[in-house]
Amino acid sequence: MTLRLVLAGAILLLALLPVLNRMPAESALHVSDFVVSVSGKWITYAVLALAIDLAWGYAGILSLGHGAFFALGGYAIGMHLMRLIGPRGVYGHPVLPDFMVFLGYQKLPWYWLGFDHFPFAILMAMAVPGLLALVVGYLAFRSRITGVYLSIITQALTYALMLAFFRNDMGFGGNNGFTDFKELLGMPLNTPNARSVLFYASLVLLVLSLWLCSVITRSKLGRVLVAIRDAESRVRFLGYDVTQHKLFVFVLSAVLAGLAGALYVPQVGIINPGEFSPGNSIEAVIWVAVGGRGTLVGALLGAFSVNALKTWLTTVAPDLWLFALGGLFVAVTLFLPRGLIGLFTKAPK
Amino acid sequence: MNAAASPAPAPQPLLYLDGVSVVFDGFKALNSLSLIVDPGELRAIIGPNGAGKTTMMDVITGKTRPTEGVVRFRDHDLTRLDEATIANLGIGRKFQKPTMFDALTVFENLELALKAPRGPVACLRWVLGGGDRARIAQTLEEVGLTARAHDRAGVLSHGQQQWLEIGMLLMQDPELLLVDEPVAGMTDQETEHTAALLVRIAGQRSVVVVEHDLEFVRALGSKVTVLCEGALLSEGSIDHVQNDPRVIEVYLGR
Repeated sequence: MTLRLVLAGAILLLALLPVLNRMPAESALHVSDFVVSVSGKWITYAVLALAIDLAWGYAGILSLGHGAFFALGGYAIGMHLMRLIGPRGVYGHPVLPDFMVFLGYQKLPWYWLGFDHFPFAILMAMAVPGLLALVVGYLAFRSRITGVYLSIITQALTYALMLAFFRNDMGFGGNNGFTDFKELLGMPLNTPNARSVLFYASLVLLVLSLWLCSVITRSKLGRVLVAIRDAESRVRFLGYDVTQHKLFVFVLSAVLAGLAGALYVPQVGIINPGEFSPGNSIEAVIWVAVGGRGTLVGALLGAFSVNALKTWLTTVAPDLWLFALGGLFVAVTLFLPRGLIGLFTKAPK
Repeated sequence: MNAAASPAPAPQPLLYLDGVSVVFDGFKALNSLSLIVDPGELRAIIGPNGAGKTTMMDVITGKTRPTEGVVRFRDHDLTRLDEATIANLGIGRKFQKPTMFDALTVFENLELALKAPRGPVACLRWVLGGGDRARIAQTLEEVGLTARAHDRAGVLSHGQQQWLEIGMLLMQDPELLLVDEPVAGMTDQETEHTAALLVRIAGQRSVVVVEHDLEFVRALGSKVTVLCEGALLSEGSIDHVQNDPRVIEVYLGR
């Protein structure tokens, strides 16, 4: 109960940030642009952490490729942002984004059609990760690939996508990806106004995701998922089609990750194939492990605390970050198996 | 046609195994095994270690595919169905080593086993009704776990876990219960109680019990099937099989 109050308080506090940002600079309550844009980014990370926690912490599906779903969502909105640049590119082409002009494209590839419409782009930010998760999940779960084998497959998936997106002839801007975005929904990016709107959109997504995950984990479906995590074959003998349940949660998790990516990209102003790098997916799993998997609040706590540490450490001692991340993971695994949240809550009897 | 003159038609068997063999890397875990279980029948299956008892259960529940042979449940060919489908046809199984969901409470374990739509969306929308609550309460009473309903299953004693497994089996409302070593780790009193419970269940449902404890099998008072090296060795009353020289040689006499 107190945990819920703390959570509600934290969300309210977050919601205040853009307001405090508008305070005069000399005010003691003033919050810098940096804090707002960094927190907005972390909120999308927190949604990604929730998505991973739902699949891993509850259903035992340890995906080391969730960064791919996040990046695909980001690319979908990135394509929309590129289309909105219109003739304002360096080359001034009325339709084609700069990189296409540069690479000698004559016309827009067919898979770019429709991305000039915002609703279509958002739909794709959900549908592409969702469909990919559906196909990969169906093949893996039907063949009863679990545990470390599934982790390796998802890791390979994100690595393969990274290599593919690095290629210029894929039509996604090669290693430069997309950047130089101008506007979204008629609002110029990189203004305090746009920052606030994107911040609140991310916060709304976080609250909705939290609500959805909480409804699922409190339902009988949540208990079936936990049962699958702990004794998959026993669940089959009770008559549950385990493949269906795992697919349901895996696809939903991928859709959430895609939406998080779609809100991340306009805030950071760039998307490139580096977002598919396996390290990103592993880092996101570590957030959840550090915060406490199998509890929704733990996932949020992990996403915020590890990223706070990262932001601080990469400023003061950038070379140490990966060692710190690795050390943190080992330390949490050894000494805090229930994660940071375990410090504040009693172990179940 | 004189109805009295024609022999009464044999009831259709509920479970029908004929010539079932399972070969693992050249080792015959089951060797042309045949077995018929009638509706409402209680059947005990005994046999030395490695006789194929658990493999037989694996074949019936879809965990292991037979190399050859017929496995039918009513009109369904079980060799072509997966575990979940077979469970939903009405075959429940209790494993030798109790496996429940340790992180969930006793009540939640029973709720998961309760016969209800099994799909993800149905589970998401599931609301526990008063009737369901009553059924779970009744089962808790039956297996003596009412006081432990809201404890996590992982903290139960071994005997209580056996009870919970039997309870989960009852919640599934199966036509055929396959019960693997139900009284391992139970006190004499608990063993007696289990025998009485299984006898009570049989009649409405068929029950196949695999057990080493001959006193327990005697308490069941049912037909006994003796397996050895994957094949049927002897079948009949407990006295009959205990006096069968072949059974004495391979099993009881040791």
